[in-house]
Amino acid sequence: MNSPAPSPAKPTTTRRFPVREVILFGALLVAILGVYAVMGAAYSTRMLVEASCYAILALGLTIQWGYAGQFNAGVMGFVAIGGFSAMLFSVPVNDAFWGTELPGELGRVLLYLIGSVLLVIGATRLHRFGVPKKLRTVIAVVLAVVLYLVVLSMLRGVTGEIQSRAGFIGGLGLPAWTGWIVGGALAGSIGYFIGHICLGLRSDYLAIATLGIAEIIKAFLKNSDWLTRGTATVSPLPWPTPGPSELGFTLARALYLSVTAALIAVIFFLLHRAYHAPWGRMIRAIRDNEVSAAAMGKDINRRRLEIFVLGCILMGIGGGALASFNSLFDPQGYLPLNHTFLVLVMVILGGPGNNLGTLFGAVAVYIIWLMSEPLALFLMNMAVYVGEGVFGWEPPGNLDSRALQARVFVIGLLITLVLRFAPQGLLPEKIKHHD
Amino acid sequence: MPLLEARDVHGGYGGMNILNGVNMSIEADEIGVIVGPNGAGKSTMLKAIFGLLTVSQGEILLRGEPIHNLPPNKLVQKGMGFIPQEKNVFPSLTVKENLEMGAFLKPHNVKRMLTQVYDFFPPLHDKRHQPAGELSGGQRQMVAMGRALMAEPEVLLLDEPTAGLSPLYMNEIFERVKQINAAGVGILMVEQNAKQALAIADKGFVLAAGQNRFTDTGAALLADPDVAKSFLGG
Amino acid sequence: MNELVFFINNVVIAGSVTGSIYAIGAIGVTLVFSIMRFAHFAHADMMTFGAFMVLLLTLAFPGVGAVVGLPTPVVMLPLAMVLTALLAVGIDKAFYKPLRAHGVKPIVLVIGSLGVTLMLQGLIRLFAGTSAQSLYIGERKEIYRLDLPFELATRPVIVTEPQIILFILTITAVVSLHLFLNRSRLGKAMRAMSDNPDLARASGINTNTIVAVTWVIAGGLAAVAGTLLSLDVTFKPDLSFFLLLPIFAAAIVGGVGHPYGAIAGGFVVGFAETLAVFNWTVLLRPVQHHFPEWLELPRNLAFVGTEYKIVVPFFILVAILVWRPTGIFKGKVI
Repeated sequence: MNSPAPSPAKPTTTRRFPVREVILFGALLVAILGVYAVMGAAYSTRMLVEASCYAILALGLTIQWGYAGQFNAGVMGFVAIGGFSAMLFSVPVNDAFWGTELPGELGRVLLYLIGSVLLVIGATRLHRFGVPKKLRTVIAVVLAVVLYLVVLSMLRGVTGEIQSRAGFIGGLGLPAWTGWIVGGALAGSIGYFIGHICLGLRSDYLAIATLGIAEIIKAFLKNSDWLTRGTATVSPLPWPTPGPSELGFTLARALYLSVTAALIAVIFFLLHRAYHAPWGRMIRAIRDNEVSAAAMGKDINRRRLEIFVLGCILMGIGGGALASFNSLFDPQGYLPLNHTFLVLVMVILGGPGNNLGTLFGAVAVYIIWLMSEPLALFLMNMAVYVGEGVFGWEPPGNLDSRALQARVFVIGLLITLVLRFAPQGLLPEKIKHHD
Repeated sequence: MPLLEARDVHGGYGGMNILNGVNMSIEADEIGVIVGPNGAGKSTMLKAIFGLLTVSQGEILLRGEPIHNLPPNKLVQKGMGFIPQEKNVFPSLTVKENLEMGAFLKPHNVKRMLTQVYDFFPPLHDKRHQPAGELSGGQRQMVAMGRALMAEPEVLLLDEPTAGLSPLYMNEIFERVKQINAAGVGILMVEQNAKQALAIADKGFVLAAGQNRFTDTGAALLADPDVAKSFLGG
Repeated sequence: MNELVFFINNVVIAGSVTGSIYAIGAIGVTLVFSIMRFAHFAHADMMTFGAFMVLLLTLAFPGVGAVVGLPTPVVMLPLAMVLTALLAVGIDKAFYKPLRAHGVKPIVLVIGSLGVTLMLQGLIRLFAGTSAQSLYIGERKEIYRLDLPFELATRPVIVTEPQIILFILTITAVVSLHLFLNRSRLGKAMRAMSDNPDLARASGINTNTIVAVTWVIAGGLAAVAGTLLSLDVTFKPDLSFFLLLPIFAAAIVGGVGHPYGAIAGGFVVGFAETLAVFNWTVLLRPVQHHFPEWLELPRNLAFVGTEYKIVVPFFILVAILVWRPTGIFKGKVI
């Protein structure tokens, strides 16, 4: 921190050699090669693709938390929206749905919905025509309730029909990347909605609201069988690249990896530019000292909203890439542990606000995460073995799910330990004092 | 032995020193007043004495016992009272509850002290069941002083007790400070209204840039043309 | 008339039950919020922990209840409250206090509490599994049927034993909390600290003691809320985030840092939930013949399906944040 000021003559050439980065990434490379040697190329490449998808999510969270100090406790929801969008756009067209009158029926309900929304909005403007404000509010609320119930019953009817006659509405048969983009846009708009409400308030409220919206999104995707097949899951989802049936597992996955890697490179480059641009400086100024930034006339809430939405967009894109790669859309597979807290650990361990650190954290934590699964099971079995042998203890049946719970505990412990002992992460954000 | 003594005190916030060697001492029957321009470190000095910021060098003694860097609740136990400038009451607690909080460490004294404080500030008795947040500025200052007195302090630190008050209340507060001192409580206060404050001061400390500039009796400082020219606005 | 009885059973009683549980949970959240200034995300899992302690104690001493004449879990509740309070104080010492000592922003404490909630979740589910279990072991839930003195009401109003215990315990908890906060020296100091922590320190109040007391109360109440919930239905170890949202919504609706507001908020959220999933067709059916021909009454006229129950507290949360972020009773901390 107290490094001597660079000489004014050539201030840019006094860069130190990044020892820490080289060591950490070297160790990571060794770990990856080790996994390749032990687990084989196909498995390891799959791991890398998944890690790269997680890296996109982590970059989304690092700009929200690291750049702007906004904590998003509902990454899972945005990931699920991205996955849903990837599914909806890439899955083949379902003729059993489109061939009937059902799309028309659904469209009619949507029209009713739009009409009702317009009516209610109109009702809230009634006071301009001389209706007393209290009466206007009553009219608007009653109208909203009645119309909501009417549209809802119509929707229940149509969706029930779709479900029983066509299964679900199917996809649009478009390339997967269209779904990723729309997924990012959807996640971004939900982020806008939440951010718009919460960003002027205490940061705790944003955490609560995002946690809530994530569970709601999951509940919606899980229970809307007409749209997502719900618990029946949708699979396979087509890849944007040639699949394993054409190229074999390793090559196909490597090709997919090149797509996600290119995506990360682009995001990384843009973020790097933005971080050092006036916009990025402003964001950090707001994070570090809100009051003085406000005093300088920065429109704080606007900037915060931008960064929050941007982070959510990245999460949507990453979620789309992840779902496409898994070739499966399973709403129940979205778990706070895997899709919120794992990403959180990646960010705070790697170094919030440091893109390179986040990237390192994402890959390193994902490898540990994958490797810990057999390890946890092994330890559980050991414990049971010892327990049976020494204490004559009757082991519970569902060891697999209990091993999962052990990982929940470890992730929680990791979060608290990092916050306490390494709050800046392994690669801390570099704050320049002499700009 | 002086009641309260500060020797060469250095300190500040987050590595930035605001106090660069301040010396002070008051006796039990004295009123000490700290004056000086904005940013001179007046309030900071008071906070340093009350353990609200770290003293990096020098020492603070209460009856000869070193007390620097003790937490506030220990200092209250040792007989020190502090009245901050702003937010000096608990707004949602009633006046009576505010006073009770002052005697938190001496719960057996509450009844006796309540009577004394009500006698000293009769308006507080009338408003004792009203939330302190609903009172006027002057009445709040009374609650704040009453709260501090509840602990029967030996020395009372006041941070700008008259800030934002009308002249009428200002005189009343100075009058009260004199009475408290007459009852045997040493006073150390920071004041913006330097002339009126020095008029009642036994000792005055003029601070500038975190150091003593002038130290003398209140009357002598008021009479000193240098002090008057630089710090009392002519 | 039977429709009215149905309404009483499904909305009035069910709503009060849920409301009481949320209220007791929200009091804990709001107290922690007002003293330590952060949203404590581990509260729901503390509730689960309390209920789990009751379950373990009931399993260990199943016969105790019969001796006293109360269900065993209720007899075990005080002990579970003590254990949960100890847990809460221990968690604070181990995880939150070091963070506070570093002077971190409140949001870092929020993340820390998320870490804690995962640890609790992991431990509880490691030992308890994830399936639901009844707290009534070898005992029977007493069911009281109250016949209404109207000729048309042929069906009784149904109240179960745990529900009656729940109402009694809720009232006891609220009254004792009220007395504690307004009569006792520590309670007043707690309010003082929530008002103005710096001045509390300057008054000689030992803030560490107040923090510990807050955790004892929050932990104890969490055990009560968790146990009541488990008594009413069953012990479910995996509710965590589904409880957290309504409880936070209740605390915010009532005005953060405001214990009485939290109680009101709890009932608002509880009744809103039950009203939203209630099938209004049942009430409308008797008057259906007054409707015009074209208006056909759908079979299901609930605002949201039970699977979307969590939308209700979220909607309330959003609404209150938009219109009145300080809550119905003006909260202190925003």
